[in-house]
Amino acid sequence: MAEVRDLVVEKVSKSFRGLQALSEVSLRVEPGEIVGLIGPNGAGKTTLFNAVSGFMVPDQGRVAFGGQDLIGRKPHEICKLGLTRTFQIVKPFGNLSVLENVAVGGFNHTLRPGVAEEESWRILEFVGLAPKALIPARNLTTPDRKRLEMARALATAPTLLLLDEVMAGLNPTEKEEVIGLVKKVRSAGTSVLIIEHAMRVIMGLCDRIYVLDYGCLIAEGAPKAISSNPKVIEAYLGKEYATAERH
Amino acid sequence: MSAGEVNRRYLGRSLRGGAWLAILALMAALHVLPWLWPSIVHTMIMIFLFAIMGQGWNVLSGYAGQFSFGHSLFFGMGAYTSSLLYVKAGLTPWIGLPAAMALSVGVGLFIGFLSFRYELKGPFFALIMLAFAEIFYVIAMGWEWVGGALGVLIPLEGDSWHLMQFTSKNPFYFLLLWLTAGSVFLVWKLEGTRMGLYFQAAREDQDAAEALGVNSFRYRQIAMAISAGMTAVGGTIYAQYLLYIDPDTTFGVLNSVEIMLRPIIGGPGTVLGPLLGSVVLTPLSEVTRIAFQAYSGAYLMFYGAILVAVIMFLPDGLMGLVRNITARFLGRRS
Repeated sequence: MAEVRDLVVEKVSKSFRGLQALSEVSLRVEPGEIVGLIGPNGAGKTTLFNAVSGFMVPDQGRVAFGGQDLIGRKPHEICKLGLTRTFQIVKPFGNLSVLENVAVGGFNHTLRPGVAEEESWRILEFVGLAPKALIPARNLTTPDRKRLEMARALATAPTLLLLDEVMAGLNPTEKEEVIGLVKKVRSAGTSVLIIEHAMRVIMGLCDRIYVLDYGCLIAEGAPKAISSNPKVIEAYLGKEYATAERH
Repeated sequence: MSAGEVNRRYLGRSLRGGAWLAILALMAALHVLPWLWPSIVHTMIMIFLFAIMGQGWNVLSGYAGQFSFGHSLFFGMGAYTSSLLYVKAGLTPWIGLPAAMALSVGVGLFIGFLSFRYELKGPFFALIMLAFAEIFYVIAMGWEWVGGALGVLIPLEGDSWHLMQFTSKNPFYFLLLWLTAGSVFLVWKLEGTRMGLYFQAAREDQDAAEALGVNSFRYRQIAMAISAGMTAVGGTIYAQYLLYIDPDTTFGVLNSVEIMLRPIIGGPGTVLGPLLGSVVLTPLSEVTRIAFQAYSGAYLMFYGAILVAVIMFLPDGLMGLVRNITARFLGRRS
């Protein structure tokens, strides 16, 4: 995890049959940062993740990670470069054990089963799933599935982790746990780009926040500035609330 | 988590001493079986043969999750390649065997290249495999040079290790016994390696696997190659055992069913499933075929009935049943 890499997204656009999902979105993630990506439903957050992680090729724009161009690369190639994502709709390998799920990620940087397994145990401890390591992943509860999603991604030893709504569907206590986990990930040297639907959760966590609305970047800055930005309030709560706030 | 749990290894496969002793005892018993009970040797040969090919099917369809409905393709290529090389060019089957494997792997990779690039799965991939098996069936039927509908007769030259021909059944028995043991060992080891885990990850969820660094196309192709090679071995040895092959018994659809039925009943995606399925189903099929001799195809109804029963009551195959029983047994003990 020692290598220092930054993510640069430059003027990325994508449209689906005339629907502009992303228009000229630019953002950066510096090494060691936790950056938030927020916005209402359908703002294009996951589409941006897909463009960065190789699941979708944007129509225009540039995506580079540590100076390497990512566009046109397959997801598994991008993972090898040290950029790993999770999925909003969790995708556990249901018939494999929790340990094996994590080991799939662990094998990203080693061929030796012993090494991958040791690494997987360490990460399961880290996310608190070790007691359930040997049960099939399909038997996990929703919060545990979210944890597993993160554990697998961490096992690939990423320098940048893309988290897609890892807290959706969790209760406040569980959310706190995940927030703690993300902070631990950062202190271990991995930078994080995190999508979150709920604003409150992300405020205490991120160094910087980008706000997407209808595929356009409408704001960027520190959490404090974002929460008082009228454009952001408008996007989330509607025009009336934004103007009322100003009085 | 206790330290003891960490010390037990769950990925790289290992067995405790007792298990090795049991396997040793079983192998020893199987080595004296032909003298204790000579009349079972033919059945055992068929059990081994289908266990090896079932294991081949299992790698691609059980572990990698690409369901094949046309493994008779590789069986037929194994049988025809070695037989034709011997009959037409005088080459020993010991050369014919690797040649057959190489050719099967080549054809398999070609099919895989066409299918996996477009992420063909489930029924679509199954039909592609069926279509290729049928193409080779039609070619074998229509091409007089390879024997047409009459097939290929391998002239018997008497006992000859050199030509993989034996007047007694025992040499085939031992050859297949060790090949079966080898194939089971190979898949058992494979299961705990990166390759085996990647096969299963791509089967369970391709997107998630890709995001974790799995090149699903490449690993499906590797599974295809292993599968095609293993099945071709079965074809070559089958041809040497019977010394006669024809398009129906090699490339025929029914043969695909025979190959895949055993691992499906035994438990697809498990190490012992194909062997267990073959141990149960092969003797049954031999018996029913003789019992229903007068009514051709009646044994297939019997297969159908077994399949329905297994799918209804044992969705994870016989291995699922075995696991449930051992879990209950171990649970009671602790």
